[in-house]
Amino acid sequence: MHLLLYVLRRIIQLIPTLLFIALVVFLLVHLLPGDPASAMLGDRALTADVNRINHDLGLDRPLPVQFLLFLRNLAHGDLGRSIQLHESVLSLIAQRLPVTMLLTAMSALIAVALALPLAFLAALRRDREADILIRGTFQVGLSMPVFYIGLLLLTFFGAYLRWFPVGGYGDTFAGHLYHLFLPALTLALSLSAVLMRNLRQAILQVIGAEYVDFARAKGLPARLVLFRHVLRNALISTVTLFGLQIGTLLGGAVVTETVFAIPGAGRLMIESIYGRDYPVVQGTTLCLAVVVSLTFLLTDLAQVALDPRLSR
Amino acid sequence: MTGGLSLEVTNLSTTFETPLGAVTAVDGVSFDVRPGEVLGLVGESGSGKSVTLRSLIGLIHPPGKVSGRVIWNGQDLLSLPSGRLARVRGGEIAMIFQEPMTALNPVLTVGLQIEENLRAHTALDRGQRRARAVELFDLVGIPDAKRRLENYPHQFSGGMRQRVMIAIALASNPRLLLADEPTTALDVTIQDQILKLILSLRDELGMGVVLVTHDLGVVAATCDRVAVMYAGRIVETGTVVDIFDGPRHAYTRGLLSSVPRGGAERAPLLAIEGTPPALSALPPGCAFGPRCSFATDACRDARPGLLTIAPDRQVACLHHDAVAANRGQVA
Repeated sequence: MHLLLYVLRRIIQLIPTLLFIALVVFLLVHLLPGDPASAMLGDRALTADVNRINHDLGLDRPLPVQFLLFLRNLAHGDLGRSIQLHESVLSLIAQRLPVTMLLTAMSALIAVALALPLAFLAALRRDREADILIRGTFQVGLSMPVFYIGLLLLTFFGAYLRWFPVGGYGDTFAGHLYHLFLPALTLALSLSAVLMRNLRQAILQVIGAEYVDFARAKGLPARLVLFRHVLRNALISTVTLFGLQIGTLLGGAVVTETVFAIPGAGRLMIESIYGRDYPVVQGTTLCLAVVVSLTFLLTDLAQVALDPRLSR
Repeated sequence: MTGGLSLEVTNLSTTFETPLGAVTAVDGVSFDVRPGEVLGLVGESGSGKSVTLRSLIGLIHPPGKVSGRVIWNGQDLLSLPSGRLARVRGGEIAMIFQEPMTALNPVLTVGLQIEENLRAHTALDRGQRRARAVELFDLVGIPDAKRRLENYPHQFSGGMRQRVMIAIALASNPRLLLADEPTTALDVTIQDQILKLILSLRDELGMGVVLVTHDLGVVAATCDRVAVMYAGRIVETGTVVDIFDGPRHAYTRGLLSSVPRGGAERAPLLAIEGTPPALSALPPGCAFGPRCSFATDACRDARPGLLTIAPDRQVACLHHDAVAANRGQVA
């Protein structure tokens, strides 16, 4: 009951945040030089044509009026229609967002699967060869930009070894997973480096804690001491970091989708920015903001679940 | 008291590799603990008391190295494989720590923290473990045991947490309790309760106790025998009466004269001059030499070994007769 009220309160708090995001995005897209008509008609368009199209789209009205109209439609669950694609923004997002979510979820999974055992190994072999090798490798991974890693993987595993497709999304669910593997790995590498470093540090901190010695003094099997007393406590900070990184991951997905030609929300956003497709830019940004905010909420809930000292 | 097991420690040394060279925190310490006996391990901070205790049951982290022999129940704990050592730890030899605030896992209920001990050392089933946990909470004086088992450590006061820790340590009826300054972090009134609790459990369960403390008042009130440590070595051992009535090491004498005694006639409180030496830079000869008013050239030549001067009475001082005769001034 207590928890339910908390969740409800957090969701209500989301509303002003989203309104603010809507305003910022609205201003940003309108501050961009150019407009949808010029983008559609190209450099040699006649001013009269441009003006006519902009008038038809209602883009010649004052900005505050346009923003209020946008909000009024939003309140009715209407995100408008795409200028370029002539489809409702909502249905575009419904097609594209799941792709991005799958990509993000896959890379989050890969990142955790890489970081967890390696952090453990590095911490337990602190300052020995394994630790130095693991940390060194991740340091390199962390210092390279996502799109560059993506291109490297694409060239090697896609073009050279031909183990994975170099782009596209596939038609079946298995096909999706297959097509998304390389891009997900690309995204996962930098996240796993961040998680690995954090978790290794946390494990080293916890391993020297008195309660871990006390657990040993109780005669618990080493495995139980490691998992129940060390890892359980070390994970608290890493889970928080993980939740906060989901936003970064989504940002990375935008770039990765472009590199790997994946029809996700990220690429939709980039294309609509080029085309000055205002409704689509605003709609996708808002949806991604909702997703990120919900992950933050889940992160906070996970933290309370992991650390009873917080649930007061 | 039942015929229990004794612990025999011979030549225990614990060394830590540091960037500045090896530091010997515990240097050739030997003592024994008999069943039902309370042995006090006394000394200033950094004298090696806690490290000694942790070395006994393999709680020294690398790069620390422990050597010597710790004989318990016919086996040397220092060379026991980790699985068998785990069975001794918590089952036969339990340990309680100084800081009840940090020694309990903050994210697990205290009930679970008791139960995992029972699970490791007994064949009790879930329901029986629960019942035993309630019984233990009653034993150490935590009211409303059933409900409190569901609580987390932060929901207890300091004194109550120390009781929780004792309950956890005693869960599997250990034969020996290693207590590392169990009352230092507590209020004086709570201190007294906890010590009384440990003593009554000693009587009830017939277990031996090693009580590490820097508080001579605690020693006088609880211990049967005392071992005084200085700079990683035992410098004097004896019964509480012998040590308090006639210290034969200048350091012990200094410790005793720096304790205020209630009810005695007013006398100036004497402090031991100087500070304990750094373990990485021990003076040649007797480590206490530079702070000792009895010291002569002979003290600087070689570190004096422990001499047995009477049954249960040892001292590592060339001038122990002079100290006993109370000549010279306490430094």
